[in-house]
Amino acid sequence: MVKMIICVVAYLILAPLIGGLLAGIDRKISARMQGRVGPSILQPFYDVLKLLEKEKITVNRVQDFYIACFFLFVIVTGCMFFAGQSLLMVMFTLTLASVFLIVAAFSSNSPYAQVGAEREMLQMMAYEPMVLIACVGFYMYTGSFDVYDIMETPHMPVVYLCGIFVGFVFILTIKFRKAPFDLSMSHHAHQELVGGLKTEFSGSTLAMVEAAHWYENVFLLGMVFLFFSNGEISGIIVGLVVCLAAYFLEILIGNSFARMKWQVALNSSWLVALILGGCNLFALIFIG
Amino acid sequence: MSYITKSPWIIHYDGSSCNGCDIEVLACLTPMYDVERFGIINTGNPKHADVFLVTGSVNEQNKNVVKQIYEQMPEPKVVVAVGICANNGGIFKECYNIQGGVDTVIPVDCYVPGCAARPEAIIDGVVKGLGILAEKREKLRQEQLAAKSGAKAAPQAMPVLDDPAEAKEEEA
Repeated sequence: MVKMIICVVAYLILAPLIGGLLAGIDRKISARMQGRVGPSILQPFYDVLKLLEKEKITVNRVQDFYIACFFLFVIVTGCMFFAGQSLLMVMFTLTLASVFLIVAAFSSNSPYAQVGAEREMLQMMAYEPMVLIACVGFYMYTGSFDVYDIMETPHMPVVYLCGIFVGFVFILTIKFRKAPFDLSMSHHAHQELVGGLKTEFSGSTLAMVEAAHWYENVFLLGMVFLFFSNGEISGIIVGLVVCLAAYFLEILIGNSFARMKWQVALNSSWLVALILGGCNLFALIFIG
Repeated sequence: MSYITKSPWIIHYDGSSCNGCDIEVLACLTPMYDVERFGIINTGNPKHADVFLVTGSVNEQNKNVVKQIYEQMPEPKVVVAVGICANNGGIFKECYNIQGGVDTVIPVDCYVPGCAARPEAIIDGVVKGLGILAEKREKLRQEQLAAKSGAKAAPQAMPVLDDPAEAKEEEA
């Protein structure tokens, strides 16, 4: 119980710091890959603090409410994960958070935000099967959906769940909003949808969306970590190294691809879920 | 302290420019000049922007567009007119459809002369605009504080470069 409370408090305080720093490192590395100097590593914090200083302009009041719900449920997702709750419940909460973001974008009636919201729904359709397969895989391997139970397994789950791990890293590209799958909104300038999903959010509302991404990214890296935890120090070290490597890989992918059509995102991620995820699940059945 | 000077997001609008200044604006984003090291992002969305870069003069067809972009930007915001056409109409000034510089439609805070304005000059103009942005932010904060306490807004202490002539003298 004490461990649970410590983990949740640590997540609440450290996740935005780590998430923001990771976002800053992302921008720095991306700039270096493009032959530029790039902004300060603290730039994402400056951006969000600036957004909080701006005048509040909102299309309608209900939009801010939905964004607040999005922010809240992303935090709840991470808290439940780090409190060792059921993985299924955690994923459903994350889906609920995404739904709030989509509804917020739809509520503005702006064509850019609406197309962005439609694409976000397609992205959810693309990554949800793989996420569920990952949960089921963890259950079949450990016999429990609870995060703390999974963390105490004697061997690293990745040994038996290697296909699911690769599939999960594949859909991380969508979740981290990296090219080629940054369809609904992008962190980069000038896309065909202006700001996509976040076109109509400004000031503190946009700041909340950004901060929610920091929380979400730390939680997602926590999921990557879960594949490597074996209840020992070695598992923790390997897990953290792989988390950083996965993050770097996503930056590399983001910088080497142009954006693709939504059909490619949907087809490829379902194919990956079916082949890598499905075969891995069957293998688990035969291994017993 | 104000964070607005550390993260100025830009929206760029091409009035009736010959594209010379636009190319120079985009050149600022290239590895050669890399304005992102100052935290500057070219957003393309007025609702996210702090700095409005206008190139080219204002004509009868786009004056409402310029006004609308300006109105959609949340306070505090600054307008930087890039190139001689945006300053006063430039070579197109006598054309039948040209209204003049950007300051005929919206208040301009900073004028960057040149035909075409060089990237160095544009960056310099934006950095000058950031000083004004910080002043505006401070004014806005004081107004908000005054509104909260119910008192009248504090008398403005900072000089505001609303007068185009005054600003042009400074540029020169």
